[in-house]
Amino acid sequence: MTVVGERRPAGPVTSKATERVGDGRAAVRYLLPAGVLLLAVLAYPLYQLVQISLYDYNQPQASGAAPLRFLGLDNYGELLGDPQFWSVLLATVVFAAVCVAGSLLVGTALAVVASRARPIPRAMLFLAALGAWATPAMAGSYVWLFLFDADLGLVNEVLSGLGFTGMEGHSWMYQRYSAFAVVALEIIWCSFPFVMVTMYAGIKGIPAEVIDAAQLDGASWRRIATQIILPMLRPLIVIATIQSIIWDFKVFTQIYVMTNGGGVAGRNLVLNVYAYQKAFAGEEYGMGAAIGVVMTALLLMITVLYLRAQQKAGWSA
Amino acid sequence: MKRAALLALVGALAIGCAPPQASHDQPQGAGEKTGELQVWLFAEPNDEPKEKVVAEAKKEFEAAHDGVTVKVEYLPVDGRANRFNGAFNDSNSSPDVAEFGNTDLAGYVASNGFADLTDELAKWPEAKDLVPSVLDTAKVDGKVYGIPWFTGTRALFYRTDVFDELDLEPPTTLPEVAEVARAIRKAKPTMYGIATGGKSLYSALPYVWAYGGDIAEQKDGKWTATLTAPEAKEGLERYAELISDDICPPSACAQMTGSDAVAAFAAGKAGMVIGGDFNLPAIDAGAVKGKYKVVPLPGTETGSIAPPFAGGNLIGVFRASKKYGLAVEFAKLLAGKKYQQKMYDAMGTLPTFGDVQSKLVASDKSLEPFVASVKAGTKFVPATPAWTKIDAQGILPTAIQQIATGEQSVDEATKAAAAEMNKAFGG
Repeated sequence: MTVVGERRPAGPVTSKATERVGDGRAAVRYLLPAGVLLLAVLAYPLYQLVQISLYDYNQPQASGAAPLRFLGLDNYGELLGDPQFWSVLLATVVFAAVCVAGSLLVGTALAVVASRARPIPRAMLFLAALGAWATPAMAGSYVWLFLFDADLGLVNEVLSGLGFTGMEGHSWMYQRYSAFAVVALEIIWCSFPFVMVTMYAGIKGIPAEVIDAAQLDGASWRRIATQIILPMLRPLIVIATIQSIIWDFKVFTQIYVMTNGGGVAGRNLVLNVYAYQKAFAGEEYGMGAAIGVVMTALLLMITVLYLRAQQKAGWSA
Repeated sequence: MKRAALLALVGALAIGCAPPQASHDQPQGAGEKTGELQVWLFAEPNDEPKEKVVAEAKKEFEAAHDGVTVKVEYLPVDGRANRFNGAFNDSNSSPDVAEFGNTDLAGYVASNGFADLTDELAKWPEAKDLVPSVLDTAKVDGKVYGIPWFTGTRALFYRTDVFDELDLEPPTTLPEVAEVARAIRKAKPTMYGIATGGKSLYSALPYVWAYGGDIAEQKDGKWTATLTAPEAKEGLERYAELISDDICPPSACAQMTGSDAVAAFAAGKAGMVIGGDFNLPAIDAGAVKGKYKVVPLPGTETGSIAPPFAGGNLIGVFRASKKYGLAVEFAKLLAGKKYQQKMYDAMGTLPTFGDVQSKLVASDKSLEPFVASVKAGTKFVPATPAWTKIDAQGILPTAIQQIATGEQSVDEATKAAAAEMNKAFGG
């Protein structure tokens, strides 16, 4: 069965060709305002990003003290030939994957809990989740940093109180993986509420009759969960996943704030922070723009691939 | 076909139109004579006294110029690059006067950021008393782009009470600094033997210089990194040795900046620190007031002094300022003898006028170790626009961190850093 219903209006029967033309025109009219807005706020900056990435564009060039030099694809060549770029890319992909999986798992699990909880605990759960969601990334990062502070943090206090005395004064943000882990926790904490709310709405939107019918047919709960509820939630899962991938792939604030600009000797860099360090700290705006273009291309690719995979699996938007 | 045409169009757009460039030339004439004069100064730890001095200058200037208000904004030193570059790129949002570090001078001038003040200084009677070596740090290719406001010199601070208790003598050589620091940390495990960090660049450079190395050299107008020379490597290695579990543990110190280190010392958490004369008020406001002494940072042999970094800040006028005449007047007032003396009284910063300086040193004992360090010969970072970039990219701190954490050997870390530096030099 299809969840997203057939939306075609049940109007008078016309020939298919004229219907298509009429649909097309209507669609253009509907999309025009959004299109103009997108052109202004998306296409133009993107165009400039690509353009700057083709030049030797550093601080003296930006402030007009040195002539511009067209480089063609040299910035890209240099970027792809830089081993640091590849290690940062790998770190970004793994880090984003962990964050996406984490927020999806936590969000979905809590959505299930919420759909089964009584009103008051449910309200409390939502309040806590929305609180996390509403916290500005900067404030959230500092709160988590403080929780994991080596000398004054609650985490070390509790751990050493529980008998893990070795944790006293332990610096969480020093080692590469533990720093990444703490940042990932913070990101999961602030991004699971979106997944939870989406999934909760999805679960609540499943008609009771469908479940009843499955139960009458003798389906087990596991079967209902995996073969009825999950497929019906699929469009929402796709949206939540793509959103999370895009958010977590281009995470900036948390890494920048919590690892102090990319960790000791840059070992906690992710692509976005790397681009910032190149573009603004290093004043190589051309190179920074090139990284931005590569990131955009990668994200578009991931999104397209994911949508394709979903389409093949039987869901069409 | 359609796709090819689209591609061609995009290609033509990308190549045909160039990215935006700001344009502004050296201001002609005095410009606007009334309105708001915007001034950027650096925010320092405990800078209330500085704000008071500046407020006085503002009042005096406003009283002397009808219809002029002075608006002062305090910028954090760490985020300065973004603010200054933003001002250079958009001449409409540019302030008029700014304080900036002498290490940034070459980069700012290469970005067309500051106005050439050579002629203004020639007409200004006070200018002839500026210490020539200090004035040199305000010059690029013989032209002056800022009025030296104060100089900053670093020396070794140590805790007299801790040294007495542990029966230690102040170190007389750099290897002894490490030994003494280790002894302090051993006796007092909650204290850093010496607070110093991976990002405290101006504490690390004297090590490189003391061991006879340097970070770069200029030959025929072209700069090349010299980090891979054995002297420079030894200096960096000796410095990185301080960032170890038995002196200043890397988990806390690898990311420490110079100000962090001074803050730790001021809070009583460290036995020693390499701090500046400009840090004296902040340290005196902390827990260790009256419990410390200062000596010049020793060199490799007893009796020698490690060359300190010739730090200092300048007051310059933005090239894009629309109130050039007023801006120069305010710069001369704030960086003139009267307010340099007031800044010294308030912040302890060393004036840049020879006559004011010698008067102070005669009366103020706390400046002696700093003056002795300066007399032993100061050194400077490469005076090239590339330095701003090398500094902002944290190339040297990264190398120090890599060595200190054992992530890379000295050879690997210095080789990579030298390659990055040479890239910045345009090699």
